[in-house]
Amino acid sequence: MSASATADIAATDAAMQGPTPGRDFYVRGEHHPENGTLLGFWLYLMSDCLVFAVLFACYGVLGRNYAAGPSGADLFDLKLVAINTGFLLASSITYGFAMLEMQQNHKGTTLFWLFVTGCFGAAFLALELYEFWHLIHEGATPQRSAFLSSFFTLVGTHGLHVTFGCIWLVTLMVQVIKHGLIPANRRRLICLSMFWHFLDVVWIGVFTFVYLMGSLA
Amino acid sequence: MSAAGASHEAHDAHGHDHHDPHDGTAYHGTMKHYLMGFVLSVILTGIPFWIIMGDVFRSQVTAAVVVMVFAVAQIFVHMVYFLHMNPRSEGGWNMLAAIFTIVIVVIALSGSMWVMSHLHHNMAPMPAGGHEMAPADTPVPVKPSHE
Repeated sequence: MSASATADIAATDAAMQGPTPGRDFYVRGEHHPENGTLLGFWLYLMSDCLVFAVLFACYGVLGRNYAAGPSGADLFDLKLVAINTGFLLASSITYGFAMLEMQQNHKGTTLFWLFVTGCFGAAFLALELYEFWHLIHEGATPQRSAFLSSFFTLVGTHGLHVTFGCIWLVTLMVQVIKHGLIPANRRRLICLSMFWHFLDVVWIGVFTFVYLMGSLA
Repeated sequence: MSAAGASHEAHDAHGHDHHDPHDGTAYHGTMKHYLMGFVLSVILTGIPFWIIMGDVFRSQVTAAVVVMVFAVAQIFVHMVYFLHMNPRSEGGWNMLAAIFTIVIVVIALSGSMWVMSHLHHNMAPMPAGGHEMAPADTPVPVKPSHE
């Protein structure tokens, strides 16, 4: 530690005397724009993970406070949830196919698989909105109980993420149509793929913790 | 200082591939990889739904624990097969960030549920009939008269 500390001081001295040619001081990390983006996006996803962790904790604490209202076992339609889970899983694999086609530089098939992914995403959203509409129609609104407030917040936040994922997907399809599979678009597609698969991971937590375990009670 | 050294090493190790526009992203999946992940996650999704919808276990606690184990397994499958996590990607920084996040998530989740369940158990007013207000070994505070 002391050796490196003296090295630090020496480096600081050198820096204070002005840039010395031949001595790369703090420029080294900057020639990695692509890796930098992916690592940065990964860090964003991890922080998003913390957002969901807090919402899950909230649901875990409040999820049994029904205020004499309906419980999860009364409300949840597991068949609907199973279909929705299937949509999201299918969209994950079709996005994987799009990535494989992108690696092969096939613009047309990449766009086709992106389109299929978007359709699955839209189907997921439609079914989730139908479920929400149905719940609200039955009087199980977010205002009804702490359980329903935390349920709508958690599941709604996930749905909002999927919505933005769909918007991003459409934007990227337009970009790919206009500019082709240029390196910038590849990087964006990879970022979206991480986002999309991450949402699938969060959904695993949602269907297990909220729907399946909620139906037990 | 060792962390900085490691990052320099990682940069040096990657230094050769960023000139190639197709390869600069270090993100590679194969068809086999994706299909494997898909089949595994279909199985790992199907079984918990079957357990709950078919009332397979008589004990609800057993069912909950088994379903949780399947969820954790499926999350790992997704991380490995879809998100291409491995200890080497981005010079190990992906994995480090993920481990850090998992630690925080576990602390936040288990911590809040633990603390709040204690609070709930010790402080919630019981409806008439429920008399397990406090464990026997804690001093019982003067109860407001609600009977």
